[in-house]
Amino acid sequence: MRACKAGRRGCSSKGRDTARLPRTLGQAEVILQLRHITKTYPGVVALDDVTIDIASNEVHALVGENGAGKSTLIKICTGAVVPDRGTITVGGREFRSMTPRRSRERGIAAIYQDFNLVGELSVAENVFLGRAIRRGIVIDRKAMAEASRAIFDQLGIPINPNELVKNLSVAYRQVVEIAKAISQNARILIMDEPSAPLTSAEVERLFALVETLKASGVTIIYVSHRLDEVVRLSDRVTVIRDGRKIDALDTRDTDINQLVRLMVGRELKETYPARTSAVSDEVVLDVRHLHGNGLRDISFTVRRGEVLGLAGLIGAGRTELAELIFGVKPMTAGTIAFKGKPVSPRSPREAIDLGIGLVPEDRKRQGVVLPMNVTSNISLAILQSLSAASVLKRRNEERLARRYCEDLSIRTPSLEQAVGNLSGGNQQKVVLAKWLAAGPELIILDEPTRGIDVGAKHEIYALINGLVESGRAVLMISSEMEELMGMADRIAVLAEGRITGIVDRAGFDQERIMHDASGAPARGIES
Amino acid sequence: MKIFEPLRRYGMYVVLLFLAAFFAATSEAFLVPANLFNVARQVSMLGIAAVGMAFVLLVGGIDLSIGSQITMVNIVAAWMMVEGHQHPVVACAAALAASSLVGFLNGWTIASFRMPPLIVTLCTMTILEGLAYIISGGIPIFGFPRGFSVIGQGYVGPVPVPVIIMVVILATGSFILEKTYFGRYFYAVGCSEEAAHLSGINVRRVKYLVYTLSGLFAGIAGIVMLSRTNSGQALAGKGFELDVLTAVVLGGVSVNGGQGKINNVVAGVLILGVLGNGLVLLNVSQYVQMVTKGAVLLLAVGFDCYQKSRPREAARAAALAYD
Repeated sequence: MRACKAGRRGCSSKGRDTARLPRTLGQAEVILQLRHITKTYPGVVALDDVTIDIASNEVHALVGENGAGKSTLIKICTGAVVPDRGTITVGGREFRSMTPRRSRERGIAAIYQDFNLVGELSVAENVFLGRAIRRGIVIDRKAMAEASRAIFDQLGIPINPNELVKNLSVAYRQVVEIAKAISQNARILIMDEPSAPLTSAEVERLFALVETLKASGVTIIYVSHRLDEVVRLSDRVTVIRDGRKIDALDTRDTDINQLVRLMVGRELKETYPARTSAVSDEVVLDVRHLHGNGLRDISFTVRRGEVLGLAGLIGAGRTELAELIFGVKPMTAGTIAFKGKPVSPRSPREAIDLGIGLVPEDRKRQGVVLPMNVTSNISLAILQSLSAASVLKRRNEERLARRYCEDLSIRTPSLEQAVGNLSGGNQQKVVLAKWLAAGPELIILDEPTRGIDVGAKHEIYALINGLVESGRAVLMISSEMEELMGMADRIAVLAEGRITGIVDRAGFDQERIMHDASGAPARGIES
Repeated sequence: MKIFEPLRRYGMYVVLLFLAAFFAATSEAFLVPANLFNVARQVSMLGIAAVGMAFVLLVGGIDLSIGSQITMVNIVAAWMMVEGHQHPVVACAAALAASSLVGFLNGWTIASFRMPPLIVTLCTMTILEGLAYIISGGIPIFGFPRGFSVIGQGYVGPVPVPVIIMVVILATGSFILEKTYFGRYFYAVGCSEEAAHLSGINVRRVKYLVYTLSGLFAGIAGIVMLSRTNSGQALAGKGFELDVLTAVVLGGVSVNGGQGKINNVVAGVLILGVLGNGLVLLNVSQYVQMVTKGAVLLLAVGFDCYQKSRPREAARAAALAYD
């Protein structure tokens, strides 16, 4: 492919290329073309001479680490950002820049991670938001509901058009966004990390939906961190790194390893780094017959030096369990023993003082205080002990922050930088630093690598290993089965508020865990 | 946006400078030491109460009951001194305890029942104003013991006592925000209550503290006012909360919480003082002054929101590029 770069169209003369190229670029019409797009912000080049061809009716994946320039590229397509140089050609017409309106008229629609929906309005009203079907000045709800239903039928997903959007799950909200795009006659649909908030089953449905859309002639630009999805779903992949296009490949000629290499610019030896220490026999957390916060009869143990994985579907009660142990919500029955002593933390403060830390699910809302700087975020949980007579010892605070920035290689221009300006991976490291500073013996990680790019994920894994190697216990919640199987010593599976199975490393098996997670009867439960 | 750059860096001090220069040019009586001390004395109550309002705004709340707390302190202290024949120190202590308690009740209601601060403090305001009328019967209470007037009217050398009180309170406020750990909590709670809670911060307790301090500082402002006017009146603090709010927002404390510094609030307070003083010197009517104040608040909030709405893309991109 690389050799063909100079003249793509002229390249179809030999061997496998003949079979491949006509399918994508040889015959297919190029529906969207970005030429020499450059965009700079003060002090940084976000996009550097990027040229991409999107063929009609293909699923084109766009991959790259956080900050590589993917979102700027999307925004240039939708007209939210105006490029410094370059042209955008849609359906044969060339533009110097797009505007949101022009982009919509040309059939481009984007579905962002945080949806653009109004919770208090019905599904149908959201689909036709700003373009309500009217009779005179009266909104014709019936017509809108019917038109929406027709779209959902076409997509093969039953959603009641009269339901309020706030009552829908994330997965269904996404479908509403897609329906909105279809109702606007979108020909090019840009999906930004569409699978990030979904469970495995929902992701499968999303894939089916993408296929349906493709069959109906829609071109899809699929932006994702999850390379397994990209490999499975896309026809072609464009890799960008540091604002430059690194390569555009036919998906069937590549694999995850090559994509990772292109994205990161270096070879990641193994996805899950090896651990050097063994699990000790000492039980740090012993939960017995715990009830409350939607959970029923939860029993399990976590030992020193152990990573206990917590698997389950969304809504199975994993986060709720973390909330009970961390004192966010009260338990109603059962016991929690921490280092052999019965405890019942009634607030996060009490849990922290016991020696428990929680890296919460929603990093930006719960994990870090975005407008505050790196130092203040790291010291936040132990400010009181950094003070004498209520007065903060600034020098100690700064020394602490500097130390953890070094230990965890948090990459920031300065300690005074607002955490909101850092990448997702570095934000998560700041959260970890906050807990390391508090010196906990049990750390609960709730989706620690969500929305973090491949390179940073690897660093987080290494940090988790460091935690257990230094004798701490880790309770790790994750929706990514592979990650759990790669990192955990044992996995406890939750379904509908109960533990349905606890599996040892030797017995890790994706199918079995999925079986347990779907609510099947319990197997192998500890007493 | 070059013009806004010095505004952002030096905040409202630039505005203050321009304003002072304008009045100095248009009125001979403005740039005279006596008048400047006069301005300082006039803003002293504003400056004292502003510290409490700044704290409350920082944690993402608002306190509309400040004016009515001033009224309450007026009535309570006056009544105790005149009708109860109490020593001024006892009367003042009781009045301050009362305003602190009312502040605490504000915080307790807001934090424990998750009620909107705007509504809670609005109700407190109405209740206190009504109570002030009931207790005083709408008649001014006067005839205080000699010596009480020192607080509001005395001087230490050339410096009015109220100004000294204001400086002490402002310094205390600044100290709390800059140096103490719980001052840092104010910012954390204002930026993200949930992240603060999950970091072990007792969000409720922070709110109790903040509203209690707001009540206490309003109370001190009320004592100063009582001593200056020498009579306790049921209308003493009417509308005062809006002046305080204007000063604090002018001083760059965000109405959305989490951002602000006391030394900028000082600028906000002084701007209002200079504006009021200058307009009087220029013989502008009280009603035109009201129009001016309202417009100034609107401008200040507008600037605050405008700054918020501009994505700090450059800073963000630079930090990401570093990654």
